[in-house]
Amino acid sequence: MSVTGVIIAAAVVAGVGILIGFLLGAADLAFKVEVNEIELKVREALPGNNCGGCGYPGCDGLAAAIANGEAPAGACPVGGSVTAQIIAEITGQTADMVKNVAFVKCHGSNSVSSLKYEYHGNMNCKEAALVSGGGPKGCSFGCMGYGSCVSACEFDAIHVQDGLALVDREKCVACGKCIAECPKNLIEMVPYQAEHLVRCNSTSKGKDVKAVCSVGCIACKMCEKACAFDAVKVVNNLAHIDYDKCTNCGACAQKCPTKIIVIKK
Amino acid sequence: MKELVLIIIGAALVNNVVLSQFLGLCPFLGVSKKLKTSLGMGAAVIFVITVSSFLAGIIFIGILVPLHISYLQTIVFILVIAALVQLVEMILKKYSRPLYSALGVYLPLITTNCAVLGVTLMNVQKEYNLLFSVVNGLGVSVGFTIALLIMAGIREKSEYNENIPVPFRGMPITMVSAGLMAIAFFGFSGLI
Repeated sequence: MSVTGVIIAAAVVAGVGILIGFLLGAADLAFKVEVNEIELKVREALPGNNCGGCGYPGCDGLAAAIANGEAPAGACPVGGSVTAQIIAEITGQTADMVKNVAFVKCHGSNSVSSLKYEYHGNMNCKEAALVSGGGPKGCSFGCMGYGSCVSACEFDAIHVQDGLALVDREKCVACGKCIAECPKNLIEMVPYQAEHLVRCNSTSKGKDVKAVCSVGCIACKMCEKACAFDAVKVVNNLAHIDYDKCTNCGACAQKCPTKIIVIKK
Repeated sequence: MKELVLIIIGAALVNNVVLSQFLGLCPFLGVSKKLKTSLGMGAAVIFVITVSSFLAGIIFIGILVPLHISYLQTIVFILVIAALVQLVEMILKKYSRPLYSALGVYLPLITTNCAVLGVTLMNVQKEYNLLFSVVNGLGVSVGFTIALLIMAGIREKSEYNENIPVPFRGMPITMVSAGLMAIAFFGFSGLI
C-alpha cells in the first residue's frame, strides 16, 4: 500500500470523526438537560468506586438519591464520615453516622477445629458448602476459609489466615459485599466502636460444639450472668451482644470459658 | 415496489435478525422483561438502524468506493453508529427520562449491538443501493422489535407462572421460549 493510501484512509476516518464530533456537539447544545447542581457536587464528593454498597446503582444513582432527599448524607458506607461531612455541607443536612465494619463470627482456625473429610474441589466457599455435610469443616456453621469473601472484597480488607477469614478493621469500609458471598452467613456488620464481639456462629448444643471445635460457644450462659448491663443474651445456644447496651467493660470476655468473646481483632 | 415489499418481509420475518441470524441477542434477552421498555428499545433500535443504514450507505457509496478504501467500512460504520446512539441517548435523556433510566446500560450498548453493524455490512455485501439499504434497515429493525415485543409478552406472562418448575424459572425458561420462537419463525421461510 502506498503512503498516499494510508494518508487518504486516515484523512477519511479523521474527517468523518471530526464531522460527527461537531454534529454531536451541536446536538448536545440542542438537547441540553438541566442537571441538578447539588447532584453534580454530591457525585464529585462520592468516592466513585461504584461498588453498590449503598444499595443504589453506582455512585451516580446515590448522588441522585441524595440530591432528591431520598437518601441520607451518610448513605455511602465507603466514604465514611469524611464524605458524609462534605455531602452534608453541600445538601445542608446533618451528618450522623456510625462507622461499621464487617466481622467474621468464627474463631475456629484449622489448628483448633476438626475436619469431617478432605476436600479437593474448587477452592470456593459457595461450592464447598454444597458438598454433603455443608462442607469439610467439622462445625457446619464455621468458616471454611476458601476465601470467597476475600475475592469479593474490593478494598483488600479481608484475608484468610490459618483457614479462617479475618477482617482488617482499618481497611474495611462496610460495603457489605462479603456478607452476600459467605454461604454460611458468617459475616455481619458491627459498630467500629464495639470492642467485644462473639466470635462464634454455632447454634449446636454445647457438647456437639466441643466435639468439633475448641473455641465454640457452648451456651454456658456465663457471659449472660457476668454482664451487669443486660447486654449479653444467649439465644438458641449462641451468645449475642447488644452493642447499644454494651459498655465495653469486658466482664463477659473474662468469664467466657472458651474465650470466644474476643477483644477487637 | 414489489421488490421493496419483499425486502421488508424478508428482513423482518423470514430472515429475522434475532431468531434466524442470531444477531443482537444481548438486548433481546436483556431488555425483554417489560413490554413498555422493550417497545422503547425497539423504537430506539429502529431509529438507529434505519438512519445508520442511510448514513453508512451514503458514506460507503459517496466516499469509500470512489477513494478505493472500502476496506475501512467496519471502522467508519461503527463511528456512525456510535454517534447515532449518542444522539438517541441525548434525545431520550431530554424527552423521556423514565425510558432512559429503564433502558439503562442497554441504550449505550446499542453501539455494540451486532444487529446494527450487521445490517450496514449486509447492505454492502448484498450491493444494495441507498433506497434498498434504508428499506432493508427498516425491515431488519422492525423484525428485531417484533421479536423483542413477543419475547417481552411471553416473559411478562411467564414471570409469575407458578406452574413452571423451579429450576426453569427466570433465564432458563426464557431461553427455551426463545428457541421455540426461533422454530416458529422458521415457518416463515416458505413466504418468499
